[in-house]
Amino acid sequence: MAVHPVPSPSSSGRPIAWSTPLTYVLALAVAAVSIAPVVYVIVGGFRTTPQIIADPAGLPDPWVWDNYARVLTQSDFWQQAFNSAVIALGTTLGVVVLGVCAAFVLARYTFRGREGLYTFFTLGLLFPAGAAILPLYLMLRDLNLINSYYAVILPQVAFQLPLTIVILRPFLSAVPRELEDAAAIDGAGRLGFLWRILLPLSRPALVTVGVLAFVASWNAFLLPLLVLGDAELHTLPLGVQNFSSQYTSDTAGILAFTSLAMLPALLFFTFAEKQIVGGLQGAVKG
Amino acid sequence: MTSTNPTLNPVGGADAPPAGPRAARRSSSRAAEARRKWYEIIGLTTPAIVVYVMFVLVPMGFAVYYSLFRWRGVGPPTEFVGLDNYVLAFQDPIFLDALRNNAIIVVGSLVIQGPIALGVALLLNRRFRGRTGFRLLVFVPYVLAEVTVGIMWKLLLTGGGTVDALLRSLGLGGLVQAWLADLDVVIWTLLFVLTWKYVGFAIILLLAGLSNVPPELTEAAAIDGATWWQTQRHVTLPLLGPTIRIWMFLSMIGSLQVFDVIWVTSVPAVRSLGASATMATYMVDNGFFARLWGYGNAVAVILFVISFVAALLFQRFLLRRDIEGAITGRAN
Repeated sequence: MAVHPVPSPSSSGRPIAWSTPLTYVLALAVAAVSIAPVVYVIVGGFRTTPQIIADPAGLPDPWVWDNYARVLTQSDFWQQAFNSAVIALGTTLGVVVLGVCAAFVLARYTFRGREGLYTFFTLGLLFPAGAAILPLYLMLRDLNLINSYYAVILPQVAFQLPLTIVILRPFLSAVPRELEDAAAIDGAGRLGFLWRILLPLSRPALVTVGVLAFVASWNAFLLPLLVLGDAELHTLPLGVQNFSSQYTSDTAGILAFTSLAMLPALLFFTFAEKQIVGGLQGAVKG
Repeated sequence: MTSTNPTLNPVGGADAPPAGPRAARRSSSRAAEARRKWYEIIGLTTPAIVVYVMFVLVPMGFAVYYSLFRWRGVGPPTEFVGLDNYVLAFQDPIFLDALRNNAIIVVGSLVIQGPIALGVALLLNRRFRGRTGFRLLVFVPYVLAEVTVGIMWKLLLTGGGTVDALLRSLGLGGLVQAWLADLDVVIWTLLFVLTWKYVGFAIILLLAGLSNVPPELTEAAAIDGATWWQTQRHVTLPLLGPTIRIWMFLSMIGSLQVFDVIWVTSVPAVRSLGASATMATYMVDNGFFARLWGYGNAVAVILFVISFVAALLFQRFLLRRDIEGAITGRAN
């Protein structure tokens, strides 16, 4: 936000004085379309199902906390949130560690086949991940990994690697050669250089790839749907889907459950918006 | 994930050699150094390569193999049927519906999201107080899980639900449809939901592209007396070309594979009639849930080939466009 008293160029231009109110009107309309359904779901969770049926577009009257309390105390919400967190954190850790190692080599070593290896990884960006889901299920079944966290974590790490390497490589190669030489003179090997200098310097990029991996994993549906048959292991997206198809008549309950399930993503996004947007922008520029 | 070790271990070891080389003979130390370098390269890249090959590339190879069998998924596949599964797929009207729906979603997403995103991005690229807040709100649908979005819209769009009530209160009751049950309407309803969900992504990318446009250019245009609109049309838009093409590419690949939103929003009965099926939902319905594993894998291969060919064609098209641009640019 522009806190500085300097007038912004567009608002000071004389011929377009009318345009600032118009900008606000349009921006408000766009924002309303984007979040009205979300607000509706959250507010709807404070109504009762009869209220909703009688007047689908009305406000809560009176406000009831029962739906939210019910979801938080009775359903499997907490177990599912825990599963989602474990899987998302495992995925993030795996992607960052494997991605950094590979991107480091691709950025700072010169060797035959380096560009070939890079192309090999970037090919994964063209790969339609969804298409491989059936054979992936069969393979995980043969490996006895079905109904375990690994069945979700390992493939998610694999599918996230190409984007991670594409984002990290330019960051790691942007650090000047002189720093590496200086580190070598001070007695640090290449790996010491990576650990003590390169990684601290590229923390923004690491946060970006970490956030992207976390959000992708937190929202994932198809893979968990196939490989996590055991209800004990269900993640939040599976939980929301099951709840909504089991209690079809409990509209208010579904609204409350859906609100609570999207709350972590919304909070996370508000805090990490810069990283998410920055990461996507970085991917575009790369 | 104990793979932090490859990074950690050699750090200690890395401290040793610089003291050594002084004393050691030069040639042998150089050979040792080269060997060390290769150990590091192999040690650091192997975990990533193994995971990537094993969980991304190998499964697709298996899909081709399984697709040649009639197989219920129990024991090893034995009933070889050649290309029968592929023939069956292209003879199934439901699969052809799914193909048509994917085509609608690919084209519809590009044609509808593109102009909307461009307009919103230009709007949110203007300087005004609260711009950051507006941007944040516009990105919200993109960050929500597909499942959340699907369930949300499913509730909003049920018969006599909120959308219907809202339309009636606006005096537009005549527009009310059986949004998710009418076989002719449902795909367009789903296209609307997909647009709502993913237009934010296009906006993010375009805003990134806009932030790369040097302010000197737009300022120069303004000094020359160009209106805001002329500046956007003749200065900003042409510079957005690469960003727009990257978005088109990502949108196309995403539309070909779309699963989550369709699966959650549409009713299984409607999907099984083909009205709201896509290649991916058809694949999962038949392969996983109906246990026609050989057939499902054949559909997976078809989906893969279509996406991959589309991707390659697009790349080629992109490349040619950019080369032409470079040539005409030089001629001027």
